[in-house]
Amino acid sequence: MATDTLGNRIVEVSEHGHDHDHHDAAGMKVFGFWVYLMSDLIIFGTLFATYAVLVGGTADGPTPGEIFDLPLILAGTFFLLFSSFTYGMAVLAMNDNKLGQLKAWLWVTFVLGAGFIGLELYEFQHLIHEGYGPDRSAFLSAFFTLVGTHGLHVFFGMIWMLVMLVQLQTKGLNDITRPRIMCLSLFWHFLDIVWICVFTFVYLMGAM
Amino acid sequence: MSGSHSSHGEASHGSVKSYVIGLVLSIVLTIVAFGMVMTGAFSTLTTVIVIVSAAVLQLLVQLIMFLHMNTKADEGWNLMSFVFTVKILVLVIGGSLWIMHNLHSNMMLD
Repeated sequence: MATDTLGNRIVEVSEHGHDHDHHDAAGMKVFGFWVYLMSDLIIFGTLFATYAVLVGGTADGPTPGEIFDLPLILAGTFFLLFSSFTYGMAVLAMNDNKLGQLKAWLWVTFVLGAGFIGLELYEFQHLIHEGYGPDRSAFLSAFFTLVGTHGLHVFFGMIWMLVMLVQLQTKGLNDITRPRIMCLSLFWHFLDIVWICVFTFVYLMGAM
Repeated sequence: MSGSHSSHGEASHGSVKSYVIGLVLSIVLTIVAFGMVMTGAFSTLTTVIVIVSAAVLQLLVQLIMFLHMNTKADEGWNLMSFVFTVKILVLVIGGSLWIMHNLHSNMMLD
């Protein structure tokens, strides 16, 4: 285990050298990011609770079953699912030190994420055009807040991906960029996991 | 872990195989859930049970195959913080629904 790469970190090779990667700074960074994701999960939890409480408050406006376009949602779901998979491929490429492959997979992931966002914007634009914007009813306010917050996360994940592509171009793969790729990996997989709850409890339950 | 390739990698990265298995299982579970609702061939209760089960299974598949959650990485602190967060979520979501449902009933809004 190299001890001089990240400055003044303390690596207790002699006592804890076996399998304890968490002692190094990179492992701590990724774990710290994990803890952030757990707090993000609480945000989504409160938005899900809000949606569940307000879903019946349609104020004589449309009900969930009338406005959800399931084929569109299914397409978006596959965009996000496949992008989660391609990010996994990016991490595997990084572990093999294949910079070119890593960048290529990041681009594929970015495009799939853009496809998801595109479909979501189309859905939102369509709903608002029909007069079913977030101001129409409590149900629609909660819906736009929950789904929109998820969409914003995906959007910022895509910005982060572009930043990483630039950093990989200028800095290459090193002890600074590797943990960042790993944190973004957690972020991206996490967003797909949140989306499973969104399509199940918002779209499928609503369309029934 | 020290030795082999990157000493800064995390304890488990998965392999192409684990990602493919995760992807295939996720696709199947997604299609089952959407298929149940879009065909509308089953009773509401059956459909709810199946799609919620499919969601829980897909969550577990992705947590294990994509996020590589296990009891060993970081001495289980990843898993521990996740379990704690889930506990908070159950309290927040369950508690909100319970309270608001009672309030709704007692105010006789229907």
